[in-house]
Amino acid sequence: MDRAATAEKIAELIEPFNKKGVTVTETTSFAGDLEWDSLTVMDFVAAIEDDFDIIISMNQQAEIETYGQLVDAVTKLQG
Amino acid sequence: MTDLFSKFDPLIEQRRALLAGGVEDPFNLVMERVISPTVAVCNGRETILLGTYNYMGMTFDPDVIAAGKQALDDFGSGTTGSRVLNGTYAGHRACEEALKEFYGMDHAMVFSTGYQANLGIISTIAGKGDYIILDIDSHASIWDGCKLGDAEVVPFKHNDIEAMEKRLKRIPEGAGKLVILEGVYSMMGDIAPLKEMIRIAKENGAMVLVDEAHSMGFIGPNGRGVAEDQGCLEDVDFVIGTFSKSVGTVGGFCVSNHPKFEILRLVCRPYVFTASLPPSVVHTAATSIRKLMHGEAKRAHLWENSRVLHKSLRDLGFTLGTAEAQSAIIAVIMPDLERGAAMWQALLHEGLYVNLARPPATPAGMTLLRCSLCAEHTADQVQTIIGMFERAGKAMGII
Repeated sequence: MDRAATAEKIAELIEPFNKKGVTVTETTSFAGDLEWDSLTVMDFVAAIEDDFDIIISMNQQAEIETYGQLVDAVTKLQG
Repeated sequence: MTDLFSKFDPLIEQRRALLAGGVEDPFNLVMERVISPTVAVCNGRETILLGTYNYMGMTFDPDVIAAGKQALDDFGSGTTGSRVLNGTYAGHRACEEALKEFYGMDHAMVFSTGYQANLGIISTIAGKGDYIILDIDSHASIWDGCKLGDAEVVPFKHNDIEAMEKRLKRIPEGAGKLVILEGVYSMMGDIAPLKEMIRIAKENGAMVLVDEAHSMGFIGPNGRGVAEDQGCLEDVDFVIGTFSKSVGTVGGFCVSNHPKFEILRLVCRPYVFTASLPPSVVHTAATSIRKLMHGEAKRAHLWENSRVLHKSLRDLGFTLGTAEAQSAIIAVIMPDLERGAAMWQALLHEGLYVNLARPPATPAGMTLLRCSLCAEHTADQVQTIIGMFERAGKAMGII
């Protein structure tokens, strides 16, 4: 899946967790803009992992703060 | 200058608001006198203890006390050294021998605390390029062990066999894998489906570490824990445990059948770079572990206590962490921190101590009143406890 398709799929997966209806752009941050707590992050990461059939370890998660960074990481992880 | 403490401001404010409401500080209780494993004088009141991890009531066992006193006389007050230098005394070896016999395993390694046992074993055996697959509700010492090491850390949803299996199967070919599970999860008092999870872990080429801190002495035919109870102890590569619960003192350990296990004594930093346990502690522990091998009657009474309290609290209308009693821990779920703290105080005024547990220690942001039973609680004490819960629960509008 190329970056554009990955980005679209991730945007879809964000929706059920986007309780405040924030407009998601490349620089939208999960903690700051979407105001997700650690439990929400865990459920969301599990959804991404299962959909793309990948693992995003906690070590990798620590480097991902924004939607754009996540799209990059998932694009790369699909290798 | 940036005040490095400003990151704690939200917590400081939450505490201030809670205490301003007039509640006694739940995290600053002093046990002024300890009368028995189940009764102490707390903040001037005689109180039934229902929030200790003294599951088997060994803290005042006459043989255990005598062994500790004798060791103080014979070996002095402390070792002042590391296990690998001048800090291994006869008592440390005696403790490791007792553990090998207790678990029927080839190797045992005693640490200064249970926290350090997890910290040390996990960070040492799972290194760079290896993967740790662990339950999201794992104890802080397990998470800190992951953080101290260099492995890739992959959590899965609590007790979710399918979530664990999916993640195991996605790990790159050839990577080292360590699955970390607990027998009893201490916040809700629920147990893990170890048999199925360990089978899947093994099928996928992982080594398995199980923390049995809250089950030792009590669960399983010989008190070896949940893995023994489910008939899969022989498939566990590393069992982590503690002396600060059923054993009744302080310290931690790992037992294993791994043929190369002994090398850990040289490479495990939380084992090497700290002082060993005092002689009195290891002699009390060794004596207690040997007595726990023959604790069948106590085990049966503790189960009885746990089942009676669980059923009674459920019948009174409290919301509990598990549908049935699965361990010696019964978690009573509170609507929020304020009412949890108020209920905690009401119970304390009745003469009952339970643990108030709150995030981040608890799962899903819950506030819990955690009750842990002791084999030395009498049937009458359990009835008294139920009456206290009923009065406090009604007064606070919880039931």
